[in-house]
Amino acid sequence: MNALKRVTGLTRRAWFGPLVALVCVYALFAILKPDTFARASNLTTMARQTVVVAIAAVGATLVIVHGGIDLSVGSGVALATVVIASLLKSGHGPIASSLAGIAVLGAAGLATGAIVTRMKIAPFIVTLGSMSILRGVAKGVADEQKIDVDPHGLDALLAVPEHGPFPMGVWIAIAIAVFFAAVLRYTRFGRHVFAVGSNEATARLCGVEVDRVRIAVYAIAGLLAGIAGVMEFSTLTVGDPTDSIGLELEVIAAVVIGGASLSGGEGTIAGSMIGALLMTVIKTGGTHLGLPNWVQEIVTGAIILAAVAIDRARKSRTR
Amino acid sequence: MSEGAARLSIRGVARAFGATKALVSVDLEACAGEVHAVVGENGAGKSTLMKILAGAITPDAGEMALDGAAFRPRSPLEARAAGVAIVSQELALCAHMTVAENVTLGREPSRFGVIDRAEVTRIARAALADVGRADLPLDARVGDLPIAEQQLVEIARALAGECRVLILDEPTSSLGRGDVERLFDRVRRLKERGATILYISHFLEEVRAIGDRFTVLRDGATSATGNVADVTDADIVRAMAGRPASALFVRGERTRGEAILTLSDLAGVAKPSRASLVLHRGEVLGIAGLVGAGRTEMLRAIFGLDAVTRGTIRVKSWSGAARPPLRLAQGVGLLSEDRKAEGLALSMSIADNVTLSHLDGLGPWRFVLPSRQDAAASKWMGELAIKARDASQAVIDLSGGNQQKVALARLLHHDVDVALLDEPTRGIDVASKQQIYTLISRLASDGKAILFVSSYLPELLGVCDRIAVMCRGVLGEAKPASEWTEHALLEEATGLARERAS
Repeated sequence: MNALKRVTGLTRRAWFGPLVALVCVYALFAILKPDTFARASNLTTMARQTVVVAIAAVGATLVIVHGGIDLSVGSGVALATVVIASLLKSGHGPIASSLAGIAVLGAAGLATGAIVTRMKIAPFIVTLGSMSILRGVAKGVADEQKIDVDPHGLDALLAVPEHGPFPMGVWIAIAIAVFFAAVLRYTRFGRHVFAVGSNEATARLCGVEVDRVRIAVYAIAGLLAGIAGVMEFSTLTVGDPTDSIGLELEVIAAVVIGGASLSGGEGTIAGSMIGALLMTVIKTGGTHLGLPNWVQEIVTGAIILAAVAIDRARKSRTR
Repeated sequence: MSEGAARLSIRGVARAFGATKALVSVDLEACAGEVHAVVGENGAGKSTLMKILAGAITPDAGEMALDGAAFRPRSPLEARAAGVAIVSQELALCAHMTVAENVTLGREPSRFGVIDRAEVTRIARAALADVGRADLPLDARVGDLPIAEQQLVEIARALAGECRVLILDEPTSSLGRGDVERLFDRVRRLKERGATILYISHFLEEVRAIGDRFTVLRDGATSATGNVADVTDADIVRAMAGRPASALFVRGERTRGEAILTLSDLAGVAKPSRASLVLHRGEVLGIAGLVGAGRTEMLRAIFGLDAVTRGTIRVKSWSGAARPPLRLAQGVGLLSEDRKAEGLALSMSIADNVTLSHLDGLGPWRFVLPSRQDAAASKWMGELAIKARDASQAVIDLSGGNQQKVALARLLHHDVDVALLDEPTRGIDVASKQQIYTLISRLASDGKAILFVSSYLPELLGVCDRIAVMCRGVLGEAKPASEWTEHALLEEATGLARERAS
């Protein structure tokens, strides 16, 4: 009886559907291409490829759950790679350069939060603006060129590991996801993020400092985009101001596939991580099957629509 | 009765929403060239009747006729086509469109789907001339006009095309004195041209100023009708009230303690304009008044959700204005009148909603454990008999009465000393109402202080120790409930008592 309750409780979780989809899609490709796709090394490869989207999606989950949106992630990641590369080039250490890249995006997130709350401009508009501004700054700093530089070991973050299943970067992504899942679930800040997204008026009525929550969420999302930028630099090993165009949409897709509602109040880190993995699996599987790029894009789009449609149906049944 | 056949005749119209009977049986007859005032308390069924006439909802029973022909609109469009138009309290205009576009909205003259601009201009100009404002610029954005002129645009829209019955639903609620006079002039001109005007209002002086005949609704039925000139204001008020008090109300033993909330000459941005009161521990103080009198605004100003422009608020030993987080820390809680839009985060669980304002002590250090939230909420669910699967169920799944109890449970979980309750029993079933009365009584016995805003006079008289009436932003003196009657409260709320005194 208790076990049954636990199982039905599991199926009620928002990320349960996406998880089933992920397992099914993985199994499908594994059956179709048992000798290449199903290899353990492919798991490592896919995990490495998901890291950038996954870390950015943790921040985007906070943003979307609290009822906002952030379109500036792609530009932000590109700016971070440029900042890191140019600092490395001018002789700074890898850790200092990475922290500087993260700090720049944290400041950008803080500014976004301040504009959204103080000037009461819709976050869609604010981040549409900052998307262009950050891209422009990246190009300016990089003088519109790629910055080639010795990565000073940063490339090891996502390189094929010498021992163990995953490189350091994957473990960092997992740690970040676990940490923020716990923050959302077990802290008052987490409860407040959900409350602001579910009903801002209720949050005010209950004494939640709504503006402070908003600013904190955008600042955290900025810091996480900065860490995603460090990971992106680790794979590129150059600072590229034209990198990651459209990344923000991939990140939002991961969060939405994971069961979050764009009107706020709903979403989980686990769901977003599953969403990010699902997209990587489809891409990688498609490549293994020799499917052209355009087919993969159509399939990804269909998965996004199906995920949201299934989520709607699930909710209307329980209500 | 006037000689000619009735323009509009309503017989035995009834309508229920679920178990609630909004209209039991309404009769009404209005002639051409007549201003017919429709009056009644909040919840008497005025707006339901108007929605039926405007085609927004259909009646369950009864008959309606326009100039002798059966009138059964199934949609607002059909009602308009038959010549019945409504100008509602909240203006329904497209603020970004021009005056001319708004006047012809939905019936744009067109040729092969292309709008005939010359015809739009002609129709709009004619309609504006009908309301006596041919001078309004046709290409002005409606959102840029003052509210009185916006209302005229809406009336012009109602008149464009054939209009036999014009319904004005509390048209003066957002107008200043001068604008009211001008509106009355225009209504009289429309009447002279043979239109029938149904004029819905709370204010008896308006009924007297503009109405030829009147109909009073009470509890969803017609309780009186006649010529305005033949009756006194007191007659109308008696027809509006006069409900038997029921045994629904609970009032336990309580002792009045020290003053815990004091308002001195409080004013908000628009309302209230003047409010003073002293609320004590162990006391339930009722605030009566009409919808829009400024009662909600007063509670919001106390709680810090709205700005205070004058006067002082004193809670226990703290003085001055404060934002909601500080008020909550002082032990003041607000139950919103609008539980769906403000009171509750509908997509969140019962546990989250109950504990949101007070997450302390629900885990080690300052963590919040969902299991502890559930346990805390479950305790109140048991005590208030909230029917739900468990504390993790989303609030949106619950019935109105249970939702309201969740909102109240938040104040209990927070253990507030001063509860500001805004229409706590609106739109909920009788059983839940009684549980809420019992709860209020118990809180007062425990030495809590309750400010109880309600539009339902019997419950104020049955539950409160003292009652004060707010009329047009001004709060009157609080008197013991035993010194009030429904009649006296209504007179005070409609401004009749003050008019008489002055």
